[in-house]
Amino acid sequence: MLSTFGRLSNIGQQTIIDKSRRNTLETRIFPELSDDRGDQGSPHPRQLQAGVTLANRYLIQEVIGIGGMGSVYRARDMHFPNVTKLVAVKEMINTAPDPLVRETIIQNFEREANLLATLHHFAIPRIYDYFSVESRSYLVLEFIHGKDLEAILNETNGFLPEHQVLNWAIELCDVLDYLHKHKPDPIIFRDMKPSNVMINHNGSIMLVDFGIAKTFQTGIKGTMIGTEGYSPPEQYRGEATPSADIYALGATIHHALTRRDPRLEPPFSFSERPIRRINQNVSVEMEAVVNMALEYNPENRFRSAADMKQAMLVVARKTGALVTEKSQSAPAPTGGIKPLWSFRCEDEIRGTPMFSQGILYIGSYDNNLYALNAGDGKFHWKFPTDGGIVTRPAFYEGNLYFGSEDKRLHVVSVRGGKVVWTYYTDGPIRSSPCIAEGHIFFGSDDHFIHAVNLNTGRMAWRFETADAVRATPFVVQDLVYTGCESGDYYAVDFRGDLKWRFHAKRAITASTVGTGQALYFSSMDSTLYALDPRNGWVLWRFRLGKPSISTPCIVEDFIFVGASDGFIYAVESRSAKEAWRFRTEHQVNGSPVIYKDSVYCGSVDGNLYCLEYRTGRLRWKFSTGGAITGTPLVYDDIVYIGSTDHHIYALLA
Amino acid sequence: MDKLFRWLSGNKKASTSAQDVANTAPLSEQQIQAIVNNQNPRFDLQQLVFSCGQSVGKQRELNEDSLLGITSTLAGHAANLPFGLYIVADGMGGHQFGEVASNAAVRTVAGYVLRKFHPYLFHIKSDSMDESFQEIMQAAVGEAQRAIQREAPGSGTTLTAALVVGQQITIAHVGDSRAYFIYPDGRIEPITRDHSLVKRLEELGHITPDEAVNYPHRNVLYRALGQGEILDPDIFTVGFPQPGYLMICSDGLWGVLTEQDLARSVTEASNIQRACQNLVNAANTAGGPDNISVILVQLIG
Repeated sequence: MLSTFGRLSNIGQQTIIDKSRRNTLETRIFPELSDDRGDQGSPHPRQLQAGVTLANRYLIQEVIGIGGMGSVYRARDMHFPNVTKLVAVKEMINTAPDPLVRETIIQNFEREANLLATLHHFAIPRIYDYFSVESRSYLVLEFIHGKDLEAILNETNGFLPEHQVLNWAIELCDVLDYLHKHKPDPIIFRDMKPSNVMINHNGSIMLVDFGIAKTFQTGIKGTMIGTEGYSPPEQYRGEATPSADIYALGATIHHALTRRDPRLEPPFSFSERPIRRINQNVSVEMEAVVNMALEYNPENRFRSAADMKQAMLVVARKTGALVTEKSQSAPAPTGGIKPLWSFRCEDEIRGTPMFSQGILYIGSYDNNLYALNAGDGKFHWKFPTDGGIVTRPAFYEGNLYFGSEDKRLHVVSVRGGKVVWTYYTDGPIRSSPCIAEGHIFFGSDDHFIHAVNLNTGRMAWRFETADAVRATPFVVQDLVYTGCESGDYYAVDFRGDLKWRFHAKRAITASTVGTGQALYFSSMDSTLYALDPRNGWVLWRFRLGKPSISTPCIVEDFIFVGASDGFIYAVESRSAKEAWRFRTEHQVNGSPVIYKDSVYCGSVDGNLYCLEYRTGRLRWKFSTGGAITGTPLVYDDIVYIGSTDHHIYALLA
Repeated sequence: MDKLFRWLSGNKKASTSAQDVANTAPLSEQQIQAIVNNQNPRFDLQQLVFSCGQSVGKQRELNEDSLLGITSTLAGHAANLPFGLYIVADGMGGHQFGEVASNAAVRTVAGYVLRKFHPYLFHIKSDSMDESFQEIMQAAVGEAQRAIQREAPGSGTTLTAALVVGQQITIAHVGDSRAYFIYPDGRIEPITRDHSLVKRLEELGHITPDEAVNYPHRNVLYRALGQGEILDPDIFTVGFPQPGYLMICSDGLWGVLTEQDLARSVTEASNIQRACQNLVNAANTAGGPDNISVILVQLIG
């Protein structure tokens, strides 16, 4: 079946974009307006200013949209001086330097105009006029008071109600039915997507942008059509049938109901994102209709837009006006989790436990370091310091190493907690120690990174930084890495000499994790960084919603990190793409850990969360009586977590 | 194909045929090691070397591919870092001005990236850049997208661009040109994923890899530079293979030669210049149905 559209492609690249989003998109689509454009020597097309009159008739009022080849304006038709008749003026600026390209563009533009002139439907904007001025061509169209569906989706936070989407879908079936029954040849719209669906002031849909259709030339690269994500498989092969529009309508409804933009997902992957898994408010019947429209094989879809409309009407009758707000998603299991044991300290636990040979070691703000039997939580011994302990102890050859806010690094024997040696700094120690190559490395609020010989307890060197060092140093391939509260980040070699430095915009309190290939850390500047460990160049940055002091953890190709926006993020380590995010009820200042196929992470909301690490799906959560700011420890299928409710808990992983 | 390839890299090659024939026999471990050693002269400082090859092919009249390779060093805090930018773009065929698109893509991406690195390449600048490699590549692709929509609206091109700084390769990729890692022992590993209909159908299990080879719409892309409003290029960072090669090529090369053939002609060649030449010749001998472009890069030292 051939489309009557011919090759009308180019102006169709334009999209009418709601005005409120214009500023953010301007530089993206319209480089002429930004300063640092790559100068290609072409003329600089400019937007028309308000007050300009085109063709002695259309008084430009303002820009209402930006497209790939020009702007869309709201204008007043001055042939009606006594009433305000508004029109939409769609501009196409022909910037192509090549004369052959220019000519093709003009032809396409005129074909779109001619096609529109033959259509009469209340959901298709009427065309009033078209003309060219120098390198610009203009279409004058019916002005639609309203917004496109993409803008509506971008502006709303929650899901759109099913009945609203259903009503629009039924109207879209109507207009597709009109186009598909067009004589002498059916018209295939070919570019159904939210940005081409306007919702007018009456809440009715209007189908806009009839310029996309292209002729296909199979076997030649570039035979693409429609919009990636919404188009069916056969459209990529050059087949354009009513069935293709039905698929794209299904894709549009899927997007509207799930808020998942198919342009950001692999093609033909709707079946991997079932609607009701994302939005449980949608009825089973509605999901079934959309699934049928999205069938991979055209013969399994609705045979016509009219058939699809009938199916939609059945859904409407079933769910109809009787639809009441359904209950929100079922609450995740929370009650079932009982701790194996818990142990109460005298004050808050904000640090992270350490496990060695059946004993669990944990510091508390009651100034003690506790040694507990990991199996039953029985108290073994405690070691008192003169300050709160927030650091995670390190274990090496029978001794425990930990810093305290009493400014000292304490070294005690695991047998009975006797002092082995003590090392003094000039500030509280909140940075956990890291042991490597016969030395122990840690930071202090005295602005130094300290390197201390494990055997002698003497300082090997100390490296002065710009501010307090609260992050744990990370050692890999003969370099020591850490950030500090000024936002400076240092790579220091084993002699204490600076190799390179990097500067984040705000404090780096979180510790670094990494591989030989990259270092990862988060900052109070709301960024997760990936740096080249050899030279400090930034490989990528991932934007977090709010500042973070959560240390990332790595597994396979994922980085997990929390932030004070309450989310736990999973980010792909090669591409910095977000795999998923999980919302907790408060800041996530502790760090996630991975055990088997789960992520464990605490939140200031008091819960310890266990999530499936590939999907971020909640497995269970365990509620403590206070904020969790430390990192869980998982060992031998048992999770240990401290809370500011003074307790340390042992849970079955 | 195997036979053809041997014939090509052996007999057809100028006057040194005897020596080349010797090289095409299956090699012993020692021979391979000798070649590897021979190919990897030691340098105090790490540096990049590259070569490239291009041909219009045997069946097309117009070359719609564009390529670019730039190699330099960056002054750093500790040592000079290898710096390189390597791009292959394959314009879409026919009357849609593919050559304009591929050329605009290469020019714009290279121009954008080099402007960003200009202070580091041509001045001593000690403070760190406030953008990441991936952000620079993302922005460069966005610039190229707009340039194509301006210069040749409606056309499109593939783009596979590799920015190398130190031992990190940051790839920006759209379409079905490919980047591979090739190791001296003959292993070859594609590091990009084609944005083609046939690849997607294969991923979905609708067709088998064997069917994919003869699929009638092998040229159809679902994502290309210059097409669509939202462009979502694949951007990622990987370590440079050491020892090994980075190869970027258009489908005029990988579409007619097997991966084994590709790997072999790289590892068996005496140097990367010869390797590029052999690859182009092999693709032409296999029919040369499309434009051929290839870039080979090696990090030595």
